[in-house]
Amino acid sequence: MSAKMLPTRDGYGYGLLELGAANPAVVVLDADLAKSTRSDWFAARFPERFFDMGIAEQDMIGTAAGLALGGKIPFATTYGVFVAGRAWDQIRTTVCYANLNVKIAGNHGGISVGADGATHQALEDIALMRVLPNMKVIVPCDAVEAKKATVAAAAAHGPCFLRFAREATPVFTEEGDEFAIGRAITLRAGTDATIIACGPIVHEALLAHEALKAQGIAARVVNMHTVKPLDEAAVLRAAAETGAIVTAEEHQIYGGLGGAVAEVLVRNSPVPVAMVGIRDTFGESGTPEELAVRYGLTVGDIAAAVVEVLGRKRG
Amino acid sequence: MSRYSIEELAGIARTVRADIVRMTAAAGSGHPGGSLSAVELMTALYFGVMNHRPQEPKWPDRDRFILSKGHACPLLYSVMARAGYFPVAELTTLRKFGSCLQGHPSSQALPALEVSSGSLGQGLSIANGLALTAKMNGQGFRVYCLLGDGELQEGQVWEAVMSAAHYKLDNVCALVDYNGLQIDGDVEKVMGLAPLAEKWRAFNWHTVEIDGHDYAQVLAAYEEAANTKGGPTVIVARTVKGKGVSFMENAAGWHGKAPSEDELRRALEQIYGEGLGQ
Repeated sequence: MSAKMLPTRDGYGYGLLELGAANPAVVVLDADLAKSTRSDWFAARFPERFFDMGIAEQDMIGTAAGLALGGKIPFATTYGVFVAGRAWDQIRTTVCYANLNVKIAGNHGGISVGADGATHQALEDIALMRVLPNMKVIVPCDAVEAKKATVAAAAAHGPCFLRFAREATPVFTEEGDEFAIGRAITLRAGTDATIIACGPIVHEALLAHEALKAQGIAARVVNMHTVKPLDEAAVLRAAAETGAIVTAEEHQIYGGLGGAVAEVLVRNSPVPVAMVGIRDTFGESGTPEELAVRYGLTVGDIAAAVVEVLGRKRG
Repeated sequence: MSRYSIEELAGIARTVRADIVRMTAAAGSGHPGGSLSAVELMTALYFGVMNHRPQEPKWPDRDRFILSKGHACPLLYSVMARAGYFPVAELTTLRKFGSCLQGHPSSQALPALEVSSGSLGQGLSIANGLALTAKMNGQGFRVYCLLGDGELQEGQVWEAVMSAAHYKLDNVCALVDYNGLQIDGDVEKVMGLAPLAEKWRAFNWHTVEIDGHDYAQVLAAYEEAANTKGGPTVIVARTVKGKGVSFMENAAGWHGKAPSEDELRRALEQIYGEGLGQ
């Protein structure tokens, strides 16, 4: 499968440019990472609507809250580790508790951040954000979807966390594909098991589907771009129609997409689940490829998880 | 410049002090000490200085007030009720189940509030965001933010202090309720702030130091802030925690303790003079 390669953070950059032109209320903040997060594209075009807050994430979130109270639609941008971690109380108490219209872009999500190493690899951000009432959590799978997610976030009222990645990954969705917050997208049909994934790893799930097909296993692939609100109906359909689930995310297996899916299944329709993700450890420096192998996030790992969960399937 | 005379403000202050001790006594919990210390600052603001319409809480051109030291909400609730934002009868529902007057301010419970607060150190950032909006929209409203002195130990405050100076937010006026005490004792013994005014000046804020219980100084400071262009102003107000009730004054223990029935009676006697006033 040869595909165009772009990082999802570029999709954010394009999304902001589109929003900047269409909606004068949109403003963007960054914490000295604009050149990395692509918020500098917006800054160059709309300098009077861009605020660099310096290396001060807590202040950035509070300032974004004030801007939202003043009627703006602020996009507070920095790396996921810094905003979801360091500014968690500010997001909880100032933004979510008052249900303010603040959008938070957490860049450098996942281990594919690479050489920067563990301090900069956000592996807990989905868990930290989804546990907050009023927060929406969206993890786009490619740059095209990232742009749509950014634009959709501006239109959806209330707090929203968007996760973007550093590395260029395959673009495999189309401009014309529909995107709606909270509505999962079935990319491949299948009845033996379902792979539910979010973020660029969705592409690896598609490759796993092909590998499994060669083994005679028909694995449905669902792009669960919105981890909160989770498309519970899609999860329950997968359980009812395929009977075994594998979740895949570039995130800890505790509390992220895997946790969200498991919560729904356990309450309604328990089926065997296998989780592909970071197994309760920090990352390290390396190339994205080396890290994917070391930390169990490859096509092979996803396919193996499907085979394993099939072994636990009843009937 | 003030809509009320100093004498009238002093009368309102008595009423607000009585409200604070009554409310916390009725709730059985709450924060009287740090509420009582900022009474002059807040009554001067709401009754003398702020441009606002209590009957129209979301009037777009209103001056905004952010209570960064959210635990002092008995003071804010009293001032808002007495100004006409909601019925005075609500005050004794403070902290009760279902009340719009939550233990720390909640804009969901009380929509007339600008924002929720209670986790310290966050209010000035919010004030800056509002001030930026005013600048962007060409609006003339001012933004006031009341902080506690212990609260200044939170690093985020200094991020916001840097930012307001950097963005030349002369429509921001910060107030520091410098009562010298926090939960664990004297501020200087817990985590020293002095020299405090110098710190603000070093961060490029116009800094006005006053006796926070002297209305003439309080009103003059607000006016000086409004007339200072090119950057933000802070009013560092020396105050007495628990001011107005002798057994609460300068006592760290009254940060977060409600008066008993007997203590309430004695407090009201002091606030009103002799006997139980209105």
